[in-house]
Formats: sequence, C-alpha cells, structure tokens
Amino acid sequence: MASLASADLLRMATAGSVDDGKSTLIGRLLFDSKAVLTDQLEHVQEASRRRGAGMVDLSLLVDGLRAEREQGITIDVAYRYFATARRTFIIADTPGHVQYTRNMVTGASTADLAVILVDARKGVLEQSKRHAYISALLGIPHLVVAVNKMDLVDYDEDTFDTIVREFSDFARGLTAKDIAFVPVSAKYGDNVVGRSENMPWYGGVPLLEHLESVQVADDRNLSDARFPVQWVVRDHRTDYRGYAGQVASGILRPGDEVLVLPSRMLTKIASIDTYDGPVEEAFAPMSVTIVLEDDVDVSRGDIICHPDDAPELSREIEATVCWMTEAPLRAGGRYAIKHATHAARAVVQEVVDHVDVHTLEPDARADELGLNEIGRVLLRTSKPLAFDPYAHNRATGSFILIDEASNDTVGAGMIS
Amino acid sequence: MSRLTHLEVLESEAIHVMREVAAELSQPVLLFSGGKDSIVLLRIAEKAFRPGRFPFPLMHVDTGHNFPEVIEFRDRRVHELGEELLVASVQESIDTGRVKEETGPRASRNRLQTTTLLDAIETHGFDAAFGGARRDEERARAKERIFSFRDDFGGWDPKNQRPELWNVYNGRIHRGESVRVFPLSNWTELDVWEYIAEENLEVPAMYFAHEREVFARDGMLYAVSEHVELMNGETPFRTWVRYRTVGDMSCTGAVESKATDLPSVVAEIAATRVTERGETRADDRVSEAAMEDRKVAGYF
Repeated sequence: MASLASADLLRMATAGSVDDGKSTLIGRLLFDSKAVLTDQLEHVQEASRRRGAGMVDLSLLVDGLRAEREQGITIDVAYRYFATARRTFIIADTPGHVQYTRNMVTGASTADLAVILVDARKGVLEQSKRHAYISALLGIPHLVVAVNKMDLVDYDEDTFDTIVREFSDFARGLTAKDIAFVPVSAKYGDNVVGRSENMPWYGGVPLLEHLESVQVADDRNLSDARFPVQWVVRDHRTDYRGYAGQVASGILRPGDEVLVLPSRMLTKIASIDTYDGPVEEAFAPMSVTIVLEDDVDVSRGDIICHPDDAPELSREIEATVCWMTEAPLRAGGRYAIKHATHAARAVVQEVVDHVDVHTLEPDARADELGLNEIGRVLLRTSKPLAFDPYAHNRATGSFILIDEASNDTVGAGMIS
Repeated sequence: MSRLTHLEVLESEAIHVMREVAAELSQPVLLFSGGKDSIVLLRIAEKAFRPGRFPFPLMHVDTGHNFPEVIEFRDRRVHELGEELLVASVQESIDTGRVKEETGPRASRNRLQTTTLLDAIETHGFDAAFGGARRDEERARAKERIFSFRDDFGGWDPKNQRPELWNVYNGRIHRGESVRVFPLSNWTELDVWEYIAEENLEVPAMYFAHEREVFARDGMLYAVSEHVELMNGETPFRTWVRYRTVGDMSCTGAVESKATDLPSVVAEIAATRVTERGETRADDRVSEAAMEDRKVAGYF
C-alpha cells in the first residue's frame, strides 16, 4: 500500500483513430498490466462474440458510449486508470478524427505525455502529423510514436525505420522535449508490456517500460511563483482571512515578499495553511491557503507572485486558439474569457493566421477560424490579465473563451 | 522540496474543483449518502473550506430502503461537522404520486431516485450538485466531464459535452440548467480506500466483514430485509460478508470477506479481480448501456 500511494502519477493522452488500433492498444496495456477485471473481460468477450469477432476485441474495453460501440469510432475522451509498482497512470483516450479535434484537445490539455498511433502499413499520414502538432501545441513535453500493426508488415525493420525517419523530419518543427518510437502489435501484445520476440532488431524498451521511466518531474516550472487566488477563506469567530488556491508554478514560502496582481500591492506571506496544519513551502500542484501580513485588498482572480519575477500584465494578448464551435471566430467577436481563476470579457482584434490542420501550413490570408481550426489571434480584454507565455507556464498561459449567449466553451487559447 | 504522492495530487485536484464550484455557481449542494466516496468528498470539503463553513448544504436522496446503520452514520457525521443536511425522500415522491413504486421480488427504488433528486434540485434552486462518482466505476462515467453539464431536465447529452481544458472549468449556465460535479473523477476504488486509511476516516461498519443473514440471487449475496421479497428456492443463510458499495438493500450485494479492518480491506481491493459495480450492483447489470441511459434521464 505504501509503495502504491507513493508511486508518482503520469497523465497521458493517446491519439489515433480506431483504425490505427488505438483502443486495442489501450485495451492491451490494461489487460497485460492486469488492470482489467474479470467482469469487464466477460463483458468484452460476450460483446466480441455478438459482433462475430474471432478473438476477444480489446478495443471494446475502452469505447464507452452506445454510439461509439455502434459506429466503431471514438467520439469523446475516455479516461482509464491503471497502476504498476512504479507509477500510476491516467490515460485520456482521445478521438482521432478531425471532427472531434475539440475532444482531443480536452484530453491533451492535461497530459504529460502523448502516445501517437501510426499504422505500420500506412506510414506517417496527415492525421498522425496533426495529432503530433496538437500534442506539441498543447505543450505536452513527451511524445511516443507507437508504430502499430507490425504483425501485418511481417515485423519488418525497414518499414519501421522509414516511419521513424519520416516522422522525425516532420517533428523537427515541433516543440516536444523528446520523441520515442516503439514498434508494436497491440493485437498480439508485441512490445506493449513485454518485449517482442518477433522483432529482435528493436533495441529499445517496450511501451510500458518507457511510460514507467519517462522523467516528468523535471517538466514542472519551479522558478516562477504563480498563485491564482480562487477563494477567500474566512472565519468570523477568529477574524481569519486567507486566500485559497492551487499553486500554478514555482515555490512560495512564509516570509516571502509578494506582489499581488493586478493591484500591484506589495506584502509578505505570513503563513501558508492547510487543513493538516501550516506548511513551510508550497509548490505546484498543491492546494493551500495563504495568509498575508498586510490587510490588502485581494480577491478571486488575482495572482500572487514574487516582485522580481512577475508575469506580464496587459489587456492585449496574442494567442494561438483552437476553435471549437460552428460559428466562426472573427474580428469583432466578443466572448467571456476565463484565465486561471480570472473572468473577464474579450474582443477579437484580428485573426492573424490560420494553420491548415491537414498540411500544418500557416495561412496569413485567413480572416476567420472555423470549427476545429487553429490559428493565431489578437485579443483585447476588458480588464488586464496577468499572464505568461504558454511555453513557459501552462497554467498562466492558457485560457478558455466562452460564448456569452450559449455559455458553451468555444475556444482554447495558448498565449504566445 | 519533496514531490507529491499521487494521492496528494488527486486530493489537490479535488479541492481545486470544489473551490471553483463554490466561487462560480450560486447554489451548490453536496450529495452525501454515507457511502465511502461521499465520505471522502466531505473530507475534501473540510480541506477546501476550513476554518470557514461549507459554502453549501449537504443533501441525501433517501430511498427509504437504505441500510439503517448507514442512516445512523450519516446523521452522526453531519452532526460532527456542524453542517446542514437536507433529506430528499423517495417515499414522499411515492406518496405524492410523483413516481410509482415497482412491485415484485426484483422491485427497486433505484430508478425512482432520479425524480426525487431532480425535484429537490428544482425546489431548492440548486445549480450545482457534487457527487462522489468516479470514472473507473463504469464505462459511461469514464466519458463524463468533471463539470457535467445538465439541461433543464437534468439530462446528460453524452455526444455534445462541453470541452474541458486544463483545470479551467466553465461554470456558466442558464437559469434552470445545472452542473453535476465529480471532484473524485480521477480516483480509483483503491485510491479511495487508501485515502480513507491515510486520513483515518470513519466509514459505516458494513464496509468491514461481519456475519449477516443473506440469500443468493443472480450470483450475488443480498441481505435479508423487509425491503426484499424472497423468490422460490432462495434460502437465507448466515455467512461472513462485507459491502464494497452502499446503495439500496434491494439492489446492493455483499461479497464474502474476512476483511475486518482498513488494512485488510485495502489489501482485498488491491487484489480483487472484479469491479465494485460488477460485483455488487444489480442496477448496472440491466444492459450494456444501463448507466448511460440513466444518466441521460438525469441520474447521477
């Protein structure tokens, strides 16, 4: 028990379409790591029989909605959980089709690692490039390209090498920290959990071993202290007043001189409290309550930081936006914006360019973003936002746009 | 600087979710059943809001077929916390003709709770309801957002969920609509038990092995009670059991177990080969999409 509870957590996203064997791969990971329980397996065996599949179709473990099982596609993100002795895993299984890009973005936004499926027979398709592009755009530091269906190309080394070369060429333009390539057969389990005997030429480790050993602790931003205030905790009996929130990045300690934005007031941290008592330091992603020395005016949406390392404070923002609704984003459009815990309004000043999700070429002629399109925009907000570039800080560099009439989340923004 | 354990990360995420709801929605409520997941929710709420009071009341949808020891525990826990508890009664919904009681030996009030819940949400004007559901429980739940948007009939539209990015939640809704919020979405059953052990939380005694009069039906063991009618050939017997989930006496099965304390329960869960709902909940065995269908109709 102690070993399980202290194992760390890896949040991963998988991208690919059912045709690539994505759901089968996840089913295989769960199955071979013994995370599938007998009633789930019986369920899948029964469903496989009904569908006339020759062997147990592990993809049925994953696709959860009626429509998905009927159509044989993944429509929305499904979350799956498993643990090994070394790590616990949260898998966001995301859909691969262009029309569900917004759901892929949902799953990718919280991931530390993305597994991108490539069908060995088909090679690097536009779709694989799009998945890698979106993963990198969302700041996922680690990519794994799982070259699947190796059984259907006779476990051929040259086929694998060609895909590695082609993908590496393309990925040079992406911001991912590292990319690993693993030749697998999800259907038969080659190189998923155990090493494959069919591919002695492969010198690397099986997929699971890679997932267990990728270093994600170094990805955290420990230098820039950012604390978005969520909630003011008050206790009238004791005159207690503390600012509750989740540390976005950096480290905060009692005694630190801090700057409150946007008011630019300076004060010091008196104490950092939790239900379990005060702590000597707070770092991401801890949820804590900060008590300040001076009686300054602080409210929800403010950001507490160190005075010598403050985020930019501005009403003008340039960001890459993934658009998630039918009605296009155009200059003049007005939306509600939520950035960390701060709510404001935003007006679109300009659509700068638009990236073709098929070719990934930026197109500066574009003056709007349609559903599932990605491009750079200039926004002006009703109140100043304290932000960092997304590349430096996922928490203070991201925002969502909300349609004020429908209340739907219509855009995901990453600040340049 | 040390690193957080995975349980600490999950706990912090849940605290963040609760505070976002308290800040963005005007009338939240926390659903407390006395079961293990909602016991954890209460601890998360303490961690999120103490030394202040909870910015929401607690509510129990009481089917009238609950285990008596759970009701006793529920009331005691609420009293200890000094918070407010509302009870929405399925019996009252039956008495006022809002729902019709099922009959026969397989009768259950499970489906009826949805109406009672939706009525209570409307009567009190709640716009957000916290639940302890987890994505590892069931395949439809695995698809659901942490902020699960519901229309003004309480219904879930699984094919048109709001995108949910990073930890930036969109709590904006129209009047009459609501959100169901699941702060424990990313927890597994084992995480819940490990957390209960680490926090030393009290749970109803039926979660531990005890001797009980039961009968076998559909491969599950049910407690003999006034709420369940025995069918031909069903013979009660006494054996050592414990419960993995707490629901109605009519649809919640027990498992044979000798785990009488927290460490042995944690060990049992770590070694189990069957999911909790598969092993103990008749309500999920109806069809391949039983949970999805109930959620579309407004169920948790």
